[in-house]
Amino acid sequence: MDSVVLLQRQLVDYTAQLFNEGFLDDQFNQLQQLQDESNPDFVVEVVTLFFEDSERLLNELAKALEQQSIDYRKIDAHVHQLKGQQLQKVCIAFRNYCEERNIEGCQKCLQQVKNEYSLVKTKLETLFKLEQQVLAAGGSIPWPM
Amino acid sequence: MSSQAFEKRKETLASMCDERARMLQDQFNVSMNHVQAMSILISTFHHGKNPSAIDQRTFARYTERTAFERPLTSGVAYAVRVLHSEREQFEKQQGWTIKRMDSFEQNPVHKDDNAPKALEPSPIQEEYAPVIFAQDTVAHVVSLDLLSGNEDRENVLRARASGKGVLTAPFRLLKTKRLGVILTFAVYKTDLPSNATPNERIQATDGYLGGIFDIESLVEKLLQQLASKQTILVNVYDTTNQSHPISMYGSNVSDDGLEHVSALNLEDPFRKHEMRCRFKQKPPWPWLAITTSIGILVIALLIGYIFHATMNRIAKVEDDYHEMKELIKRAEAADVAKSQFLATVSHEIRTPMNGVLGMLHMLMDTDLDATQQDYVRTAQDSGKALVSLINEVLDQAKIESGKIELEAVQFDLRAIMDDVLALFSGEAHEKGIELAVYVSDGVPEMLIGDPGRFRQIITNLMGNSIKFTKKGHIFLTVHPVEEVMDSVDVETESSSRNTLSGLPVADRRRSCAGFKIFNCEGSSHPLSPSSSDLINLIVSVEDTGEGIPLEAQPRVFTPFMQVDPSISRKYGGTGIGLSISKCLVGLMNGEIGFASIPDIGSTFTFTAVFSNGSSNSNDSKQQKQRIKNQCHTTPSEFQHMTALVVDPKPVRAKVSRYQIQRLGIHVELVSDLNQGLSSISNENRVFKMVFVEQEAWDKESSISAHFVNSIQKIELGFSPVLFLLGNSLSSSRTNTATSGAYTLSIITKPLKASMLAASLQRAMGGNTGNPRNGEHPSLSLCNHLVGRKILIVDDNRVNLIVAAAALRKYGAEVISADSGKKAIKLLKPPHQFDACFMDIQMPEMDGFEATKRIRDMESNGHIPILAMTADVIQATYEECQRWGMDGYVSKPFEAEQLYQELSRFLQPPSTANS
Repeated sequence: MDSVVLLQRQLVDYTAQLFNEGFLDDQFNQLQQLQDESNPDFVVEVVTLFFEDSERLLNELAKALEQQSIDYRKIDAHVHQLKGQQLQKVCIAFRNYCEERNIEGCQKCLQQVKNEYSLVKTKLETLFKLEQQVLAAGGSIPWPM
Repeated sequence: MSSQAFEKRKETLASMCDERARMLQDQFNVSMNHVQAMSILISTFHHGKNPSAIDQRTFARYTERTAFERPLTSGVAYAVRVLHSEREQFEKQQGWTIKRMDSFEQNPVHKDDNAPKALEPSPIQEEYAPVIFAQDTVAHVVSLDLLSGNEDRENVLRARASGKGVLTAPFRLLKTKRLGVILTFAVYKTDLPSNATPNERIQATDGYLGGIFDIESLVEKLLQQLASKQTILVNVYDTTNQSHPISMYGSNVSDDGLEHVSALNLEDPFRKHEMRCRFKQKPPWPWLAITTSIGILVIALLIGYIFHATMNRIAKVEDDYHEMKELIKRAEAADVAKSQFLATVSHEIRTPMNGVLGMLHMLMDTDLDATQQDYVRTAQDSGKALVSLINEVLDQAKIESGKIELEAVQFDLRAIMDDVLALFSGEAHEKGIELAVYVSDGVPEMLIGDPGRFRQIITNLMGNSIKFTKKGHIFLTVHPVEEVMDSVDVETESSSRNTLSGLPVADRRRSCAGFKIFNCEGSSHPLSPSSSDLINLIVSVEDTGEGIPLEAQPRVFTPFMQVDPSISRKYGGTGIGLSISKCLVGLMNGEIGFASIPDIGSTFTFTAVFSNGSSNSNDSKQQKQRIKNQCHTTPSEFQHMTALVVDPKPVRAKVSRYQIQRLGIHVELVSDLNQGLSSISNENRVFKMVFVEQEAWDKESSISAHFVNSIQKIELGFSPVLFLLGNSLSSSRTNTATSGAYTLSIITKPLKASMLAASLQRAMGGNTGNPRNGEHPSLSLCNHLVGRKILIVDDNRVNLIVAAAALRKYGAEVISADSGKKAIKLLKPPHQFDACFMDIQMPEMDGFEATKRIRDMESNGHIPILAMTADVIQATYEECQRWGMDGYVSKPFEAEQLYQELSRFLQPPSTANS
């Protein structure tokens, strides 16, 4: 039991940390809210979907930027979708560069977005791993926070 | 004016000229007479004596000495008549030859040199007239033959022929070079008769006496004697030859100015002379005209200047005006920006807040212990308070940016009043405040207007009242304006101590004293018959709170203005509620006002204009009918029953009657239990129920037992049910009241028709109604969603899955589409969908475009399409409507919002066509 409590505590702390750092916001809570018995893996599903989408977008962005003649409109659309996800600040800069047709800026931003993305991914994966551990240890997940 | 002056000048000139001419004439005559006298002297002493008594020396001396008598002559000379036959002898006698004058005249220079020897002797003539005597001044002419000079010859011939003095034409005098004339008299040997013929005269001629008149000096001297010599210019002309007048005096200035001509008679009929005078100076300036014109000029200049200055000023003012306009524009822009900012920020806050509230809501449903429940409820309440506050700010911002628009839907005012009452009943109950609502019968059952905003105003006022009231009551009344204006009872009601709780209140009359609608009452009836479709309501909220300090009263309606900062610390709130209310009232064409007395209470009153939602006329019977119809939600089993209300206070009794009547029950009022008893014992009356006000019950506890007994005595089946109308204060006594043998039901105030109905049903053995007032609205909405087929369109898979999950949770069947095209395909009629949520920003085809196409496809029926957007600024909402969308929900989704929006479009399942 102690280990479960410990794990739970760890999970709560970690989640709180993610909220504080801005990796999570109340949308995450809303997602949790939508998860129930009939749909126990809802949050993980959504997040996985998000990662898939983001990875696809990032790949397409990278590809688009490697082209000889860059289709900025396409990039802009991709970035807009990305922005729809979480990476607001960098994306705004990205779009600005896009409007300026600044390829170096775009590439720099893409790199930043990639970094951010992998950071988020790592964090969330850690979170889900923790959740799994808690569940495996027989505890319940103390959602929503 | 100038012609007058001209005439005057002319007259002056004429008189001056005539005067001078006369004087000149006179003096000339004097000189001429002397010359004539001298001719007689010569005749007497030269020709009359032999030898002659006169020689050149004598003559010269005599003439010299008598020169003063001939002031006008520069000299006199005497020439004798010598026939050619006598020439030789004469020349011998005299010792000089007769000399020719014309050569002399041709060389006048030589004459000055006085060299007579150089002169030629006169050629042979028939006769000669050599000068023998001459005054010294003209001594040079001695020996000259006068007949050889043109002028002189003519003169001599005329003189001897006429026997009178004759004048030559003016000529330059030999020595002085001045203009002169020569006067010649003939000297005869014998005295001739006056009628002698010229021939006789010529024969008798002895010689000729000539006087040289220096006309120039003559006139000059004469003029010098006269004053005002300078003013006029005198010219004297010899006008014998009219076409060529010879100037005798005066400079020959050609001047076209004013001139006067006076004739001069110089005693020579052959010659004519005249004097022409003119003013030396030009006529003086017409000063009056000049000053007048200068004055006019100055005035014109001044006017011009004034005009110019005015123009300048106007231009300046215009410039200022433009500047002001610019400033206003900027200020307005800043204001709009501020409002936009407020709208944005409040939205930004609202979004996460909705998350928080949603979570709390979910949390409530989980298994919690009492403490946790309490915490969660507190958190939720706080959250709700925060959201409502943000909504207020948002409202204010919307109002300020003019983006608020009122709806015009049909609504039931009484139901809204009930809602408001329900909203505050909890708090009122806690505080022990009596809460009551009264809606006049004159208010139509259905009205058309914006119920949400109307409710907001009332909620604001009520919220304020309840915040500042610790004891007493809060009384909400609604009347048509006409009723208040001409009813007296409303006035007496508030002016006396006869109030709901017995505490004094601020006079409502004063709260609306400033209303225009009342002020124009005197002249004409404020509501013309044509506006019968418009209902002007007057709503007032009366409380017995602490009132508004007098100094704070003027700024009550100013946004963010609270009485003092300590208020917000003590009671919370932003202080914009009243300001919003005022704006909203303004939008409803109403007015708001208040009267407040510190420590007694405040009464806020406002008017609002609605359209009559009931097509029926204002007939009172029909109205009652409608009231009954309105209560179709409550069982109609109470209709046509009669109830007795025992209440010592008429106001409160009226409130009770209003609520009970809404159930279709006829109500009779009595003021105390004794009267009630007598009413009940009356055989003709059958009361199904009796409502006794707690106050009356407690006051007359002795009678109450008796009252209960007497009720019980009434035949079974007819015995009325007894209700105690209890205030929240007396809730503790519920037990004692029910301890009696008789079933005594307690109805806790505030009274509300629905609750009343439930209580009645329970007490009268009917089916058990829902004891709670109204159910949670979202619950029914959730039910609405069960089995509904809803399409969600979003290119973002994450959004799609989230929204779908949210809706599925409430039993809806959700189909997802990830592009506008797919949505169009799915919604091609006929389809089974009840509603559609559409993302706006999608690649290929955005939500607007897709909606437009879907709308184009729709032949009959209209599927509600709601936009999903991250932007809540009004422009987007308008955009949504423009493209045929029905509404919007903002991302990220919040369950309540989804349901609320949907509920507007989904009919209850029974009437839905699926």
